Amino acid sequence: MIEFKNIEKGFDGNKILQDVSHVMYTGKCNLIIGTSGSGKTVLQKCLVGLFEPDKGEIIYDGVSFTDMTDEHRKLLRQQIGMLFQGSALFDSMTVEQNVMFPLDMFSKASNAEKRKKVDEVLERVNLDKAHKKFPSEISGGMKKRVGIARAIILNPKYLFCDEPNSGLDPLTSMLIDKLIQDITREYNMTTIINTHDMNSVMEIGENILYMRFGKKEWTGNNREIIFSNNEHLNEFIFASEFLHDAKDMRMLEEKGKISGDRNMDELLK
Amino acid sequence: MGFFTHFGRYLIMLKSMFSKPENSRMYWKEFMHQCVEIGIGSLGIVTLISVFMGAVSAIQTAYQISSPLIPPSTIAQIVRDTVILEFSPTIVCIVLAGVVGSKIASELGNMRVSEQIDALEIMGINSKSYLIMPKIIASLITMPLLVILSIALGIWGGRMAVSLTGILSTDVYDIGLLNGFVPYNIEFALIKTFTFAFIISSISAYYGYNVKGGALEIGRSSTKSVVVSCVMILISDYMLAAILLK
Repeated sequence: MIEFKNIEKGFDGNKILQDVSHVMYTGKCNLIIGTSGSGKTVLQKCLVGLFEPDKGEIIYDGVSFTDMTDEHRKLLRQQIGMLFQGSALFDSMTVEQNVMFPLDMFSKASNAEKRKKVDEVLERVNLDKAHKKFPSEISGGMKKRVGIARAIILNPKYLFCDEPNSGLDPLTSMLIDKLIQDITREYNMTTIINTHDMNSVMEIGENILYMRFGKKEWTGNNREIIFSNNEHLNEFIFASEFLHDAKDMRMLEEKGKISGDRNMDELLK
Repeated sequence: MGFFTHFGRYLIMLKSMFSKPENSRMYWKEFMHQCVEIGIGSLGIVTLISVFMGAVSAIQTAYQISSPLIPPSTIAQIVRDTVILEFSPTIVCIVLAGVVGSKIASELGNMRVSEQIDALEIMGINSKSYLIMPKIIASLITMPLLVILSIALGIWGGRMAVSLTGILSTDVYDIGLLNGFVPYNIEFALIKTFTFAFIISSISAYYGYNVKGGALEIGRSSTKSVVVSCVMILISDYMLAAILLK
């Protein structure tokens, strides 16, 4: 579980985060959503320690991250996996070397054991035939999967994903979401995902923090979001007419007016 | 940003490079990789420049020494001393500032922009220590070796040029090379090279590591690192000559 209290952060006099508090639960996909510039990435970077918050406290499973020494932070970071927006794979290394890198750095296992672990993880993310390829030779979706494989190779307790669906087609986005959700449950991790992908919100949003202008605007889950009266949230989530209709449909479904496995005949009634 | 802000941040970067390696074997591997990149990678250009530098300086020296009172072997002496004292350490290092410095700055800049440096930090790796330290140490080791090679090739280039153009026989040139040789000059050249190697690698690492923005900024920081390195090389060249050649 990761809890953060009253987080504030600014750059050059501009306040980016203002008094943000929330709890991210273990074994769940915790989403931070909001428009571009709402402070999602800054918040996530504060949580992993890439930025130092100006105020507030971050607590990892009861231990204050804010008060930790650099050495303790280094140790904690070995329990953190992160998937970056652009995947952040090392260009000069093959897929296999990228995934093996954290093991090479922190594990005392033999080369054979490391290779076995890499094979397992790559198979887990459905990438068992790309070992020798370089990042420049694989697609965006594959890069994300390599990024996930690298993030989970050390069996982390916390997984951070910064816009895992950006630049992906809807089908690949869905597969990545599903993969992250499955892995979160399998490894019982605290997963925090920054996104503004509405499919992700509706499919895997078990604990959602909606941010607006650097402040916490709304919290809830993907069921509650349907019935939310928050004007800004509705504007953001159901921006298009199509999404608005989808919301109405989901509301009817939730209220039992139509069945989940509806077909066109039923809809036309 | 002012000079003192840059200088302060540069010193902080150097200080934070020193930490216990997370895995010595991986640091060694990175160091060896950098030795190959910097040393072997620059071999071609250093060879080419050195041979022609020696050859041209031999022909131009011969052109200027027309007095029958000066023995012809003096040409070899002058070529030897200019190559050892100035041409090899300074000119070669200025070229290396362009070749190696821009490579270091753009490599680190690209890693910064594509969040690869953040990825290292998240893993609990001191990115300055892992990325910058091996580059500086590899430069401190390979650049002096390149300069020694350059001295040898420069002198050989001069020998070849005077022999091919018929200015001097190789025997006379060889005699000239041994006349009045001061071993301290080699020491001085190496002191200069160590200083320049540190300047090139650390300044370009500083500009690359602190890139903010995108592709345009990577190019700018790469150019800036070369310009600043060259200026610092020239200033320190003068200072070292003033201090050590009294």
